[in-house]
Amino acid sequence: MNLTPFIDGSYGVTVIFLLGISLLTFNRYRRAVKRLRAVETR
Amino acid sequence: MNEDVLITGRIGKTGTWFHRYANPGRFLRLVRPALPWLTAFSILITVTGIVWGYAFAPADWQQGAAARIMYVHVPAAWVAMAGYAALAACSFFSIVWRHPLADLAAEEIGPVGAGFTAVCLVSGSLWGKPMWGAYWVWDARLTSVLVLFFLYLGHIALIRAFDNPAHGHRAAAILALVGAINLPIIVFSVQWWNTLHQGNTISITGGSKIYITMLYPLIIASLGFYLSFITLVCARICSAIMERRTRGLLLAAAERAS
Repeated sequence: MNLTPFIDGSYGVTVIFLLGISLLTFNRYRRAVKRLRAVETR
Repeated sequence: MNEDVLITGRIGKTGTWFHRYANPGRFLRLVRPALPWLTAFSILITVTGIVWGYAFAPADWQQGAAARIMYVHVPAAWVAMAGYAALAACSFFSIVWRHPLADLAAEEIGPVGAGFTAVCLVSGSLWGKPMWGAYWVWDARLTSVLVLFFLYLGHIALIRAFDNPAHGHRAAAILALVGAINLPIIVFSVQWWNTLHQGNTISITGGSKIYITMLYPLIIASLGFYLSFITLVCARICSAIMERRTRGLLLAAAERAS
């Protein structure tokens, strides 16, 4: 049985999840910092 | 209750530090400067662990190259369970001491923990097909982890289900505490029942059944996953605190204007 698709699939899912949640979290953090700064300096 | 509270009406020395750091403002001041470092370390260690496991770790004598799935499956499973334990701890602090930081942490742990549980289930399923001949079996370990995933989803839904956020936090905290019973079931399921899933290979008290060349990448990958989880949750809590502060300032400005 060719194991490559199963191994690549597992690593692929993991990397996509880690990258995805990191990007979402980073964007949310940056937006929160920007909005707070804008409101504080108003 | 702390005896000092009864005598002086103030929180005494016992646990004072603990209540001190439960303050969202103090948490933000402490954690924000550490976030870039935490991010750098978690990326470095996670990438090292994943690349080591994928490309350099030896193949297993029985399972061959499929054993490489272990370096993402096992760390994801450990983080999923540790995340739920953290969620239950936050829920306990929320119910007992009404710490606002505990509520925020519980709200932010849920989606990250659910994501790691999903990774554990998918990678386990992809490991199961070549080894067992099936993507899924209703085995005690697999089923209890699926229940963990549903508990996470239930918590995510329940905490946001009420118009009054305090009600949502309370209801979700009770669910998280009741659901914590699932954690020992997951850990001991391979001992209590005859399972297709293999037994525990790693033991903190010694007697691990894994060769050192496989253990090192597993430890590095696990450390990376734990650090990633902590970094993500801390960043999300900081974001939530700042969002709340922004809302408060906007509300105060609107009240002043009216």
